[in-house]
Amino acid sequence: MKIAVCVRRTPSTETKIGIGGDGRSIDPSGVSYILNPYDEFAIEEAVRTKEAHGGEVVAITVDGADASKDIKKALAMGVDTAIRIDPPADADSAAIAGALAEALRDVGPDIVFCGKMAVDEQDFQVPLRVATMLEMPAVTFVTKFEVNDGTARATAETELGQTVYESPLPVLVAVEKGINEPRKTGIKDIMAAKKKPLDERAAPAIAAKVAVTKLELPPEKQGGKIVGEGVDAVPELLRLLREEAKAL
Amino acid sequence: MPSNDVLAILEFRGGQVTKAGPEVLGQARRLADTLGGAVHAFLYGEGANGAAAALGGYGVTKAYVADSPAFAAYNGGLVARAAKDAVAACDPRLVLLAATSPGKDLGPRIAASLDAGLAVDCTAIDIDGDALTAVRPVYAGKANQSIRIAAAPFVASIRPNVFPPAEAGAGDAEVVALDTAAAEGETRIKVAEVAPRETGKVELTEADVIVSGGRGLKGPEHFHLVEELAEALGAAVGASRAVVDAGWRPHSEQVGQTGKTVSPNLYFACGISGAIQHVAGMSSSKCIVAINKDPEASIFKLADYGVVGDVFEVLPALTEQIRALKG
Ligand SMILES: Cc1cc2nc3c(=O)[nH]c(=O)nc-3n(C[C@H](O)[C@H](O)[C@H](O)COP(=O)(O)OP(=O)(O)OC[C@H]3O[C@@H](n4cnc5c(N)ncnc54)[C@H](O)[C@@H]3O)c2cc1C
Repeated sequence: MKIAVCVRRTPSTETKIGIGGDGRSIDPSGVSYILNPYDEFAIEEAVRTKEAHGGEVVAITVDGADASKDIKKALAMGVDTAIRIDPPADADSAAIAGALAEALRDVGPDIVFCGKMAVDEQDFQVPLRVATMLEMPAVTFVTKFEVNDGTARATAETELGQTVYESPLPVLVAVEKGINEPRKTGIKDIMAAKKKPLDERAAPAIAAKVAVTKLELPPEKQGGKIVGEGVDAVPELLRLLREEAKAL
Repeated sequence: MPSNDVLAILEFRGGQVTKAGPEVLGQARRLADTLGGAVHAFLYGEGANGAAAALGGYGVTKAYVADSPAFAAYNGGLVARAAKDAVAACDPRLVLLAATSPGKDLGPRIAASLDAGLAVDCTAIDIDGDALTAVRPVYAGKANQSIRIAAAPFVASIRPNVFPPAEAGAGDAEVVALDTAAAEGETRIKVAEVAPRETGKVELTEADVIVSGGRGLKGPEHFHLVEELAEALGAAVGASRAVVDAGWRPHSEQVGQTGKTVSPNLYFACGISGAIQHVAGMSSSKCIVAINKDPEASIFKLADYGVVGDVFEVLPALTEQIRALKG
């Protein structure tokens, strides 16, 4: 089975966000990067699917040369080969999806795994754009996945409840937290990853549709008001919620 | 060149247009007025036909409806394919939907099929000359991103609970029942099973009031304190990741960076410390109440109203007094 997983790195979730000199992106100084947490779930699911059914897993990222070390982590987790594509200029989600779709056409995967979103931009666009461009059935928010006799079964979990989808292959699956517990990697895995092939490609010419014009910090929230201590504070809390906040 | 019209994508579920519908219609009306165009709607869901004409009360001119048993459960590929027929029929400048889970699934499918730019989860949205401008929270609410899409058609989703719902007036929309047979035939992915949420429970992302519990509850057997307060308030129940990871509550209730993003009018954080990843999912709530026995807990920095105290004492008192108030 041919399995692809689309990944990228994001600033660590602990990062203190400052605005960069261009006023449109974050200040990169002192930012440490991690693999997008949802993409780690996607990698784990891709590797487990390979372990169950045989085949190989290719990880694809659209990011600058700095990301090569992040994609090594995917290789250490059991991905076989990786492709890094330089991002198109001013790339937005549509351009990144375009670059991924182009690369995936060559790969010809049976299953494409993605994370449901990247925790920095929270855009939710790339997986379903890729699927639409490749005319591939797709499910997102997936918390359970299996494939039997060429049919994929994916359970999506959202505020609507649980929905189980069945699809022929190829299929794109964007995963939700809870689908698995990503494996820890050891020194041996990291050494093995160094020997695995990483194919680096030039940026395709794909124009962006969405331009970021400004990035701002939200207005600082006025420090909270302690209404009181224990049960004695409850009547006053209710009064404030009704009369001041008009929230009840 | 697209028309100046706006197409509002609306979901019909549980016998009605979902709560986010009037919010989408309100913005659709405002933006259509700016553009000098009309508002049309694409309404999908089993039984939706019956609710379509009344959309005229929100100023909808034409309501395109996808209504068949295949639309009983959400199937993104199918809905996107049917939406394509509505888009082709009215050639809108803007397709507007809500950034609920179905909306987050549907938006990129529609945008990709139109080769259009998509603004996701917007908390502000406007037309500026020929362009669409929007503001959206990023980095887990730690920053706001302003974006611009220069070329129409545009697709945009608005964050639920941020924009005021439009008020329904009188009037009928022209109902166009879409023939969904072709869409159904072309959709390779099928819904095999559904386990809907328990009815009667309020959906987290659409809830006006949310009561969330954290590790301060000490164990799943004490979560009834949170549930009872939620019930008294008609609120949805949320949870921190710590209690979801511990298996006390389902993941569908998790609020935060790796859970749901919510912005209710009122959010109760009970026995929750206020870790940055939790705050990421609820900091845009309009009013935040924190109940925590540690006066130094960082949730108090964010909360509008804090009660320093034991959830085992404060929650029952609160529930009782709210019941008395609403009694
Ligand atoms: C990548 C990543 C993603 C994450 N995503 C999320 C996410 O989406 N959502 C999320 O919530 N977390 C998330 N976290 C976890 C987050 O960092 C915290 O660990 C978690 O939010 C803590 O949950 P808590 O507040 O319930 O528990 P704790 O931090 O243990 O806090 C419990 C609180 O209860 C109080 N307390 C104890 N007993 C009582 C009592 N009797 N009465 C009143 N108060 C009491 C304590 O004073 C304390 O403040 C994420 C972490 C990482 C690294």
